[in-house]
Amino acid sequence: MPSPRYWREVPTRFRLEASRCKSCGKTLYPARTICPGCRGTELDETKLSRKGKVVTSTVIHVPPTDFLMEAPFAMALVETPEGARLMMQVVDCKPQDVQPGMDVRFEFRLIRKEGKSGILCYGFKAIPA
Amino acid sequence: MSGIVGYGAHIPRNRIKVEEIARQWGKNPETIRRGLLLEEKSVPGLDEDTITISVEAARDAIDRAGIDPSRIGAVYIGSESHPYAVKPSGTVLIDALGIGPEVHVADFEFACKAGTEAMFVALGLVEAGRVEYALGVGADTSQGAPNDALEFSASAGGAAYIFGKKELLAEVVETYSYTSDTPDFWRREGEFYPRHGGRFTGEPAYFKHVEAASRGILKKTGLKPEDFRFVVFHMPNGKFPLQVGKTLGFKKEQIDTGWIVPTMGNTYSGSSPTGLAAVLDVADPGELILITSFGSGAGSDSFVLKATDLLVERRGRARTVRSMLDGPRHYLTYGEYAKYREKIIVND
Amino acid sequence: MREVAIVGAGMTRFGELWQSSLRRMFTDAASEALASAGVKQVDSIYVGNMSAGRFVSQEHLGPLLAGELGQAGAAAVRVESACASGGVALRQGFMDVASGMSDLVLATGVEKMTDGADVTEALATAADQELEAYHGITFPGLYAMIARAHMQRYGTTEEDLAWVSVKNHRHGAMNPKAQFGREVTVEQVMASTPVAEPLRLLHCSPVSDGAAAVLLCPLDQAARFTDRPIQIVGSGLATAPMALADREDPAVLDAVHRSAVKAYEMAGIGPADVDLAEVHDCFSIAEICCIEALGLVEKGTGRNAAGEGLTALGGRIPVNTSGGLKSKGHPVGATGVAQAIEIFEQLRGEAGDRQVLDAKVGLTQNMGGSGASSAVHVFRRV
Repeated sequence: MPSPRYWREVPTRFRLEASRCKSCGKTLYPARTICPGCRGTELDETKLSRKGKVVTSTVIHVPPTDFLMEAPFAMALVETPEGARLMMQVVDCKPQDVQPGMDVRFEFRLIRKEGKSGILCYGFKAIPA
Repeated sequence: MSGIVGYGAHIPRNRIKVEEIARQWGKNPETIRRGLLLEEKSVPGLDEDTITISVEAARDAIDRAGIDPSRIGAVYIGSESHPYAVKPSGTVLIDALGIGPEVHVADFEFACKAGTEAMFVALGLVEAGRVEYALGVGADTSQGAPNDALEFSASAGGAAYIFGKKELLAEVVETYSYTSDTPDFWRREGEFYPRHGGRFTGEPAYFKHVEAASRGILKKTGLKPEDFRFVVFHMPNGKFPLQVGKTLGFKKEQIDTGWIVPTMGNTYSGSSPTGLAAVLDVADPGELILITSFGSGAGSDSFVLKATDLLVERRGRARTVRSMLDGPRHYLTYGEYAKYREKIIVND
Repeated sequence: MREVAIVGAGMTRFGELWQSSLRRMFTDAASEALASAGVKQVDSIYVGNMSAGRFVSQEHLGPLLAGELGQAGAAAVRVESACASGGVALRQGFMDVASGMSDLVLATGVEKMTDGADVTEALATAADQELEAYHGITFPGLYAMIARAHMQRYGTTEEDLAWVSVKNHRHGAMNPKAQFGREVTVEQVMASTPVAEPLRLLHCSPVSDGAAAVLLCPLDQAARFTDRPIQIVGSGLATAPMALADREDPAVLDAVHRSAVKAYEMAGIGPADVDLAEVHDCFSIAEICCIEALGLVEKGTGRNAAGEGLTALGGRIPVNTSGGLKSKGHPVGATGVAQAIEIFEQLRGEAGDRQVLDAKVGLTQNMGGSGASSAVHVFRRV
């Protein structure tokens, strides 16, 4: 993907920067300007913990082209202690072992390469806690 | 007095056994095991590289130091497998860990010595008073060519060291570097695998420089081998560090703790730095540690360190090297290993 | 608002139409619709299409296809809401006539998916790019997560999913325009290749080419074009958070529920009044979740509907008599309009072997992405 679009997401992807709505207390990831819950516009800066629980998951057998060599891999919706949810791969375990309720922690990984000569894109993946 | 205020290491969880590689090439695994004293090595996943390993190792170092990362004024990563040929690894690390933007960043290379090199420069800046804290990292995911001796040992992992002037976990007593132009192992621009001079990598390269640097630092400090509780050497295989240790007058008990190569393999720039981390995980206050790295090309950096009381207090804050070496891990077939190391020709 | 009727319809077969380009499929379907009503000129054309830009590098479909149809000069525009593009094109057409702004409107949909583009990538653009697609999720992957959440909550099983495919293939085998003319068994479905666990190949709608078109006009003018017009009595469009992570409950398709409520209200009916429905079964789990969200069955009981015959032809509430997306095919932008055509034919008594006896009120539900948008329409026999 074009560099600016990747670069703009670095605070979200590298540091899990998020927002907390002053009105309703919801933690929003990624950071937002308007709370989707109460439409409030007063938001504090916060960060997510690097751990969570699997809410739901799947094992991808037919992957997008960029992820061909990694398939099959597990993907999960993970909820952090702050109540925010994020979509991520779950690795360093058998994909079939990833089930709702599993405790995970996050590790910094290379998420994708833009082919042979494009940029390298980093972020977090989940591993069994 | 300057020294280490935080340290951390990271080792990927995939492994491949020496037998599995030997089977692939029709070699006798026993010969390899006995000849190189290797059992298995770590393998990076397709989603792991020098940058990801450095980030996780540095994160542990920051946790042990207990400092605000933004106070780190310099970040150096030494590796021979930086993910980009042009674009620094260090900049990804600083953004991932909340260091900077007021920070000096540079990537280092010198075959397997790039890690201690980064540490040497980080230390120097702190000693000069130019920065309050400086981070030096040695990490690698280097390649060994198929059906080459290096394939049995080339592995992945690394360690990170934060240097400062107060609340030291280990004092740096002295440093010594010994360098010469020796073409024992190299990789030309654009080549995928490195090449080496076979037996030339032994006596004129590894042994000459490791011995010279170690003897040099012993002379400079007036210390003798028996004064040290631990010694860590660069570990290209299991045999060389034991051999050079014996030549220099060290005993196996001094070498053992840092001798992690039989189950980790040779993580190149991460080799002796990770061995040092394994030592710091168990050293008692007041104990002296000698570390001598080796980088082909060629050169060695030596450090004499002294463990402090604070080391015992702080080291529990993050993962130990043994817990990563002995902990959950996954053994690969040669085919899976070849896929992860991108040794298989695929369509673009 | 004026009352609106469908007075003509046309569609291509759905399938791998190697010989037909996007333009050719469109003109085949649209001219069949015009001819069926004896109409030469229209005021507006709405083209439901998800991704011609990615599939065949063609944007600006409105003027292109209007020109191909011999209707250059008409008000023509492409409408996009991922897989709900067709349903939303229908809604735009409905509003154009209902508002009094136009009298003759073609609501169409077309998608050309087999010309060599990476289909998985193209379809994944319907998901959140930065939060979901970036990490490697696919469309089937999102529905697989929804399926797993539903299975966890309500005890839905892989076999329950299989029964949806079996039922829809049985219906599709009776539809000459369907991509697949063969039936499948539960065993075949459960043995098919895993795509994204727990979803297997035969739980997933296929990659298809196709086009569909309906002709709309004010109800009080319909007699000029047909003696059996079908009235559109309700239209609802709603959205839900795009990223699965931002939804309260991944197992609940809120956009479907909201769009249905709006459509029912406009039509002055409730779910119990619906005689048959075309529902968006992009994956088997979607049909189960949608019939719950539409209120056609109690929440949590959707899993049994197909297996017990409730939603089969002859059952209490036949769903997807056309064969659904699974068996009829799913040329993404065309689906919403094709659903309307099935209801149109059923309410006119023209559905042949698939006929639901005495069908008076029909419903279509067309969904985009992993449920981020949904368009529901209610139709009544006049």
